[in-house]
Amino acid sequence: MDLALTDADLAFQAEVREFIDTYWPEDVRRARATSSRFEESRGHSPEVRRWIDALNERGWAVPNWPQAWGGTDWNPTQKYIWDKETAKAECPQLSAFGARMLAPVLYTWGTDAQKNEFLPKIREERMIWCQGYSEPGAGSDLAGLATRAVREGDEYVVNGTKLWTSGAHVADWMFCLVRTESGGKKQEGISFVLIDMKTPGITVNPVYILGGIHSVNEVELKDVRVPVENLVGEENKGWTYAKGLLTHERTGIAGVARSEVQLARLKRIAQDTGMDGGSLWDDAAFRTRVTELEVELEALSVTELRVLAQVAQGGAPGPESSILKIRGTEIGQAIAMMTIEAFGYYGMPYPEQTLIDNEGPIGNPYVMPTMKGMLYGRASSIFGGSNEIQKNIISKAVLGL
Amino acid sequence: MDFSLSEEQTLLKDSLERFIQNDYDFDTRRKVMAGEEGFSRENWKQFAELGWLAVPFAEEDGGIGGGALELMIVMEQLGRGLVVEPYLATVILAGGALKYAGNEAQKGAYLGAIIEGSKMGALAFAEPQSRFNLADVATTATADGDGYVLSGHKAVVLGGPSADFFVVSARTSGGPRDADGITLFLVDGDAAGLSRRDYPTVDGLRASEVTLEGVKVGADAVLGTVGGGHAVLEQVIDEATLAVGAEAVGGMEVCYKDTVEYSKQRVQFGQPIGKFQVLQHRMVDMFMEYEQAKSMMYLAAMRLDEGYGAVAKKAVSGFKVQVGKSGRFVGQQAVQLHGGMGMTEELNIGHYFKRLTMIDTTFGNADFHLKRYGAI
Ligand SMILES: Cc1cc2nc3c(=O)[nH]c(=O)nc-3n(C[C@H](O)[C@H](O)[C@H](O)COP(=O)(O)OP(=O)(O)OC[C@H]3O[C@@H](n4cnc5c(N)ncnc54)[C@H](O)[C@@H]3O)c2cc1C
Ligand SMILES: Cc1cc2nc3c(=O)[nH]c(=O)nc-3n(C[C@H](O)[C@H](O)[C@H](O)COP(=O)(O)OP(=O)(O)OC[C@H]3O[C@@H](n4cnc5c(N)ncnc54)[C@H](O)[C@@H]3O)c2cc1C
Repeated sequence: MDLALTDADLAFQAEVREFIDTYWPEDVRRARATSSRFEESRGHSPEVRRWIDALNERGWAVPNWPQAWGGTDWNPTQKYIWDKETAKAECPQLSAFGARMLAPVLYTWGTDAQKNEFLPKIREERMIWCQGYSEPGAGSDLAGLATRAVREGDEYVVNGTKLWTSGAHVADWMFCLVRTESGGKKQEGISFVLIDMKTPGITVNPVYILGGIHSVNEVELKDVRVPVENLVGEENKGWTYAKGLLTHERTGIAGVARSEVQLARLKRIAQDTGMDGGSLWDDAAFRTRVTELEVELEALSVTELRVLAQVAQGGAPGPESSILKIRGTEIGQAIAMMTIEAFGYYGMPYPEQTLIDNEGPIGNPYVMPTMKGMLYGRASSIFGGSNEIQKNIISKAVLGL
Repeated sequence: MDFSLSEEQTLLKDSLERFIQNDYDFDTRRKVMAGEEGFSRENWKQFAELGWLAVPFAEEDGGIGGGALELMIVMEQLGRGLVVEPYLATVILAGGALKYAGNEAQKGAYLGAIIEGSKMGALAFAEPQSRFNLADVATTATADGDGYVLSGHKAVVLGGPSADFFVVSARTSGGPRDADGITLFLVDGDAAGLSRRDYPTVDGLRASEVTLEGVKVGADAVLGTVGGGHAVLEQVIDEATLAVGAEAVGGMEVCYKDTVEYSKQRVQFGQPIGKFQVLQHRMVDMFMEYEQAKSMMYLAAMRLDEGYGAVAKKAVSGFKVQVGKSGRFVGQQAVQLHGGMGMTEELNIGHYFKRLTMIDTTFGNADFHLKRYGAI
C-alpha cells in the first residue's frame, strides 16, 4: 500500500496541467462555471469543441478505452491524475452516454462493423447518443419494459414509449432496450438495439424538470424500422449488456472529483459571504458542517480508489460500486444544498435568462448555476438505479440477504 | 391546556380550505404565476372580501384583531395551496411594521388600504452584506431639513415588484451593526431616486433589488421612533418567521400525504411501491417530522399570543430550527419517492420541495436560530 507519486507521475501531472492550461484556460473555465445556462441544454461552444479536438489530437479523448480504439496506455495512477486534474479545471467531458456507457458495450460485444462505424465518431464527439431504457411503466423495474421489436425480414419494427430520455432532443442516435420475446423470465427476451433518431416514426416530446430545465424527454416510437445489423450482441441477451453498462454508469455518477471542486467552491463562497462584519466561513456552526462533508468526501474518495485499483487488476467494478453511487450522490446533494444555504437570501433569485444576459447576475454569479445544479442533482439519487435500488443490490449481492 | 380551535378560528380555517380546494388548483396557480405580475389581482380582491387581509390588524384600525394563532391558521392553509399572492410581504411584513410602529395618521393612510386590498407593500430590511442580522444596516438616512435622504441597496425584497410602498430600514446613527440607530421609513414606490430590479424567485414568488439613491422623505415618513427601528423589526420578523414556518407545515402535510397516496398507486416489480418496507419507514419519518414541526408551530404561536418577550422569541427560534430540518427532509423525500415524476415541473411535489428549501433560509437558517435559541 502506497499513496506517494513517483517522479514519473509528477512529470506526467505537469504535462497534463500544461495541456489543460493551454486548451481549457482559466478565463474559459470561469465563464462556463458561472454560466446560468444549464449544461446539457447549451450545446457545444467553440471553446468546448476546441478542447475536444485537442483531446483527440493528443490521443487523450478516451483514456479508459482499449488502446486499439484510441485508449491510452496509462497506468491507474496516471488515469487518476488525469481525472483529478481535469475535474479540478472543470474540463468538459465527452457526452457520457456515448463515451462512458455505450462504448464499453460496443467494444466488448459489438460487431466489427459497429465498432468501426460508431467508436471513432463517439471518440470525436461527432455523434451524440441518448439512452432509451426507462419507460412510463418501467423505472426501477427496468426489466418490466414493454417497448416491442418485431422482426420483419431484415428489420425490427419497434413500437413503444421511452420516458426520461436525457438529451433525446439533441441526440443523433439512441441505444435502446426493446422486448423481442415475451413469456418466460422478464429479464430474458430483451434486446439491445441502436436506433438512428432520424428514422421515421420517432417523436421527441420535451419533459421539463424543476427550474424549467429541458434535459429529459418522452420518445414515442411508432413502427420504427431498425435494420437487424443494429442489434448489439445476441437477440434476447440485451439485459446482460445493459447491466454491464449500468455498473459503468454507477461509478461515473459518484462524482468524487466534481464534489471536491464544488466543496472548494463552497468554501470560497462562504469566505466571500458577509456575516456580522466577518465572513460566513468564520461561523463555527457552518464551518463544522462543511468540514463534516469534507471528511465524508475524503472517505469516499479512498473507497473509489480501492474500487479503481480492483478494476485495474482486471475485471469490471462489482456491486461495491453501488457504495460510490449512493454516498457520492448524497454528498453531492449535500454540498449543493449547503451552497444554496451559504447564499442566504440570494439563493432565491431565479431571473429569466434574458435578464441575466442584459443586466448581469443578481448577487453572486454562482447562484444560478448552483441552483440549477442543486435542482437537477435531486435526480442523481433517482436515476442510474435509485439509491434505494442500490441498497437492495448491496444487501443482496454483498451481504447475501 | 387546549389545542383545539375556537369557533371563529375554525371558520377562518374553513374559508381558506375552501378557497384552496375550489379556486387554487395547481393549474390555476401555474397560470397565475406565468402572468406579468406573477400573482392574481382577482385573487387578492377575493382575499380582501373574505377578510383575510384584515386578520392581524386591530379592530379600531379596521381589522379583525387576530393574533399569532390566526396568522398561523391562514399561513398553514396558504402553504398547503402553495399560494403565490404576496400575503407575507404586504400583510405580515409591511403591515406588521405599520401595526407595531405606525402612528394614527400612518395607520389611517395605509392599513385601511391594505385591508381593502387597494395597496400592497413590502419590507426592505435585508442587504447584500447583512445575511440574517437585522441590525446589519448600511443604508443611510441623513437628516435634511425637516426630513431625511436615504441611500443604499436593499436585497431580495419579497413582494417588491408589486409594492405601492416600502418600509425601509436605514441607519440614522451608530456603527455598522449597532441595534440602536436604525430607523424605519415609509417610502413611496414611485419616490424619486428609488429604483428596483424585479425578478421571479426559484420558489415561484417575485422579489426586487431595491436601490435608493438620495431618496428624499419628510419627517412624517418615520415609522416609530428615530433610532428605535430594530425592536420593531425583530418583532415583525418573528411573526413572519412563524408565518413562513406555518406555510412550511402546510406544505409538508401535502408532501407526505401525496407521497403516501402515490406509493399506493405506483406499481413496480409487480406491487405498489408502498409495499416496500424501506419506503414505508421513510414515509413514517416524513409523517413524524411533520407532526414534530406542527407541535413547535403551536408552541410558537401560543407563546407569541401570550406576549412578546424572551419566551416567545425562543419558541419562534425553536420552531424555525425544527421546521427548517423537517421541511427539507420531507421535501427531499417526497421528490425521491416520486422518482422521476417528483422532478417534473408538471407535478406539484417538486414545487413544494423548492419552497420548503427556500423557507429554511428565510429569516434565518437553522444555524442562526439554534444560536439565538441557545442565547436566550
Ligand atoms: C433527470 C433524469 C434523467 C434521466 N435520464 C434517463 C436516461 O437518459 N435514460 C433512461 O433510460 N432513463 C433516464 N432516467 C430515468 C431513471 O432511470 C428513472 O427515473 C429511475 O430508474 C427511477 O424510475 P421511476 O422514475 O419510474 O421511479 P420508480 O421506479 O417509480 O421509483 C419511485 C420510488 O420508489 C423506490 N423504489 C422502487 N422500487 C423499489 C424497491 N424495490 N425497493 C425500494 N424502493 C423502491 C425508488 O427508489 C423511488 O424512490 C432519468 C431520470 C431523471 C429524473
Ligand atoms: C432491556 C429489555 C427489556 C425487556 N423487557 C421485556 C418485558 O418486560 N416483557 C417482555 O415480554 N419482553 C421484554 N423484552 C423483550 C422485547 O419485547 C423483545 O426484545 C422485542 O419484542 C424484540 O424481540 P427480539 O429481541 O426477539 O428481537 P427480534 O424480534 O428478533 O428483532 C431483531 C431485530 O429485527 C427487527 N425486526 C423484527 N421484525 C421486523 C419486521 N417485521 N420489520 C422490520 N424489522 C423487524 C427488530 O426491530 C430488531 O431490530 C425486553 C427486551 C429488552 C432488551
